[in-house]
Amino acid sequence: MTDFFVSLGMQYGWAWFLATIAGVLLIALPLMLGVAMIIYADRKIWAAMALRKGPNVVGPFGLLQSFADGLKVFLQETIIPSAANKGLFLIAPIITFTVALLAWAVVPFGPGMVLADINIGLLYILAISSLGVYGVVIAGWASNSKYPFFSAMRAAAQMISYEVSIGFILICVILFANTNNLTEMIEAQRGFGLGFVNGFVFHLLLFPMWVLFLISGMAETARAPFDLTEAESELVAGYQTEYSSMSFALFWLGEYANVLLMCALNAILFFGGWLPPFDWEPLYLIPGIVWFLLKILFFFFIFSWVKATVPRFRYDQLMRLGWKIFLPMSLLFVVLVSGWLMLTRYS
Amino acid sequence: MIQTITFYLFAALVIASACFVILARNPVHSVLWLILAFFNAAALMVLVGAEFIAMLLVIVYVGAVAVLFLFVVMMLDIDFSELRAGFVKNAPLGVAIAIVLFVELFVGLVAYNAGGLELGTPDGMNAPVLDRSNIASIGALLYSRYLFLFEAAGVILLVAMVGAIVLTLRHRPEVRGQDISKQVKRRPEEAIVKTRPEVGAGVKL
Repeated sequence: MTDFFVSLGMQYGWAWFLATIAGVLLIALPLMLGVAMIIYADRKIWAAMALRKGPNVVGPFGLLQSFADGLKVFLQETIIPSAANKGLFLIAPIITFTVALLAWAVVPFGPGMVLADINIGLLYILAISSLGVYGVVIAGWASNSKYPFFSAMRAAAQMISYEVSIGFILICVILFANTNNLTEMIEAQRGFGLGFVNGFVFHLLLFPMWVLFLISGMAETARAPFDLTEAESELVAGYQTEYSSMSFALFWLGEYANVLLMCALNAILFFGGWLPPFDWEPLYLIPGIVWFLLKILFFFFIFSWVKATVPRFRYDQLMRLGWKIFLPMSLLFVVLVSGWLMLTRYS
Repeated sequence: MIQTITFYLFAALVIASACFVILARNPVHSVLWLILAFFNAAALMVLVGAEFIAMLLVIVYVGAVAVLFLFVVMMLDIDFSELRAGFVKNAPLGVAIAIVLFVELFVGLVAYNAGGLELGTPDGMNAPVLDRSNIASIGALLYSRYLFLFEAAGVILLVAMVGAIVLTLRHRPEVRGQDISKQVKRRPEEAIVKTRPEVGAGVKL
């Protein structure tokens, strides 16, 4: 895009600056729109599985429901509890929302369609997603109320537990792709399975890692069945209990942006990102971004499906799954993967 | 030009947030300022081109260590009046530590003015390779020249971890935990017993 602005007769520095700003807006605004629509889709899928109708009043098929909700919370009053720590109380939702948007900077939407094509892309995503916990923890503490505080402590323990195994899973993928750059990682998956299937998932050593990654992703984004941080049957609404209007909406948006990011990571790391499912020439006629968005939607459907069908985990079960099952298993697979690569690729 | 401005911006932010770590009354605020300091230090690392170190700093310190820090500090029950009451008692110790730190800083500055210290010889072994990424360079150095040190660090950390687990491990026989494999193995045939008890006799299990 910098070249486009240079061709308009601008200096390189200004062209780069404008191109970056335009890139940020081109990612953030459609993402917000996407989040609004994905909330609608989530409610529809959930309703369909519960044999209900779901939102169907605002707009055709209820399509505008999320926008109506957005307008509603925008017009509401922001209530700050008198015992709350005011500054931190207001900063917390902003942190959640900002961090959720930041990670999208390195996500490649298509060939060359990436804002920052850095060579430590995956590490950047890991670093940014490890910041997500602060929004929840600060919100829980600053509310100065017991349910949000329980929720904050749960969030801190839960997110750290699952980040460890996610780290090991990412190491497996990095070893196979031999790079940290997300674009190169997608290119490495071209024709990976049997010479014509695009995607790391079609490998006996990486398929179990994908299953672990999907489940850890749900735990990391505190999505049902791991939504212990906002378990309404025990903690009212968890860390969001004291929040109202826009500050509440920012949590909501950030949460769904994180879920979408996890779906995108599933697609990029294991299912070939913007590559079509098969390495077959006619399929490449469809633009890469279409394949990528379709894969994101597919994984979001899985997330929704699980949310609608699986009951919530108990806290000790969550810890057991993370530390006693996922961690040893992902550690074992790091050894297996590196051994396999030493045998087949580097000997 | 812009590099200089950003450097001074991040450096000033690091120093300011480091000051607030000790100036803040509330320990939770202190930890949050510390996190901001880590974050700006990572930004400084990016400026000198060490993006891998920067990311590690964020992942390890901000993402894991500081969360646990916050976790512990949040649960402290702080009585501010008690904190202030200890001021007179602890003041001499604090002044002593401050003097030691000041002398160290002063000596360091004097030594710096006397000329830099030569650490090792410039034989080109440590020079960065330009066309290689940060990670590849660090990996090549870590797994060849510093292999022993690297592995030794790993073993020390492992021993520390085992030690921490052994120190805190305690078996409580009275607590009945969940055994998931036992639950899954249970079959209806062995779990259900059909009986026809006498009236008033009850069932014996």
